[in-house]
Amino acid sequence: MIYLIPGIRDSHLSLNKMKDQKIVIIDYDAGNIQSVKYAFERLGITPVVSNDEEVIRSADKVIFPGVGEAAWAMNSLRKNGLDQLIPQLTQPVLGICLGMQLMCESSEESNTKGLGIFPLQVKRFTNERKVPHMGWNQLEELKGSLFKGVSEMEFAYFVHSYYVPCSEETVASCDYILNFSASLQKDNFYACQFHPEKSGEVGVRILENFINL
Amino acid sequence: MLSKRIIPCLDVKDGRTVKGVNFVDLRDAGDAVELAAYYAEQGADELVFLDITATHEKRKTLVDLVQKVAKELNIPFTVGGGISTPEDVGVLLNAGADKVSINSSAVRNPKLISDLASRFGSQCVVVAVDARFADGKWEVYLNGGRLATGIDLFDWILEAERLGAGEILFTSMNHDGTKNGFANETLAKLSEMINIPIIASGGAGNMEHFADTFTEGKADAALAASVFHFKEIEIPNLKNYLKSKNIPVRI
Repeated sequence: MIYLIPGIRDSHLSLNKMKDQKIVIIDYDAGNIQSVKYAFERLGITPVVSNDEEVIRSADKVIFPGVGEAAWAMNSLRKNGLDQLIPQLTQPVLGICLGMQLMCESSEESNTKGLGIFPLQVKRFTNERKVPHMGWNQLEELKGSLFKGVSEMEFAYFVHSYYVPCSEETVASCDYILNFSASLQKDNFYACQFHPEKSGEVGVRILENFINL
Repeated sequence: MLSKRIIPCLDVKDGRTVKGVNFVDLRDAGDAVELAAYYAEQGADELVFLDITATHEKRKTLVDLVQKVAKELNIPFTVGGGISTPEDVGVLLNAGADKVSINSSAVRNPKLISDLASRFGSQCVVVAVDARFADGKWEVYLNGGRLATGIDLFDWILEAERLGAGEILFTSMNHDGTKNGFANETLAKLSEMINIPIIASGGAGNMEHFADTFTEGKADAALAASVFHFKEIEIPNLKNYLKSKNIPVRI
């Protein structure tokens, strides 16, 4: 028998609705976007990777990924005027990992000013335990449409040294050193501190939920 | 709670997985994509692909393999073997690898660690260290354990952390292949000394060895090859066993 990746076989959603969508992944030279692209391809969608304002504005859904250092990533966004564009977007936007942190007001990482979509400050983990927080950890206090069909205490894959404290916008939390935001939502802006594209079947479900918004 | 990670390691040569991998239910045991998918379904938390391709010309086959695996796999994976420049790393990350593992090249040129950390982020830089204990001292070895360096294990790991390594993969050559358990005393010492995750490697023979390396060895993750490839230990059973020992695992 041939083993298929979990998630493909078990997918029950409205494939047509999904496939018709234009998903744009914002390309600003901050880390690896291949994994995110492949995750959507596994769902039968070919995302567009772009840093062009018109292309991003015309998307049904926008993915704002990011791996790397906050100040450097913000500079990259500014070069293309993306720091102005992203907060103005009106379609659903999903920030992932550093993308989520950049959507906040500011970050302790190099004292970086963020996009200010979430009125929150990104802080550095204390060294009480190992930093980065790396590996599979449990999602708790799940709220909202991104986590439809995801159970409390399911595992997602995290890699980060900075965190967003829990607040009104928190729609999932996680416990490492302290309770922090695993996911945020405000209006059309969604964000995950973990990597849904690397979080097995749980991650597939979350991406499907985002596409089906 | 953050779970302890179980990581099967696959050897790759000329774009295919090798080393006695013998699953009767796989159509093609050398096909990295099928094997990777099998392990993901079994509950592996990450995978490591170690390229043992001898010739430089065949390296391109590794990049093709990484791309094929990345397209299918929805858990993180690391690629190691023969990586010596930031360009090598860029190519592998662009193909979809999540992390790279560097070993001899980092010892020969420690600046490679900081170059990679600043360019790609510490999270993707795994520094693999092979060491042997003899005459009261742990010494770092290169080239798959063939070349002694005279470098002290503890000094080198501290230096690797300082330079920006995101994770340490420590293989005890004294334990590797023995199936008598991991080097837990040394692992615990290393784990307490550094503030980045440490992956235990070398010596896995039974499920108790994994429990011991997480408790006594204070390891954050454990890597093994043959016990998984020959189905001496199956990951779902291993994880249930660890859970019964109150070790946090993802099930």
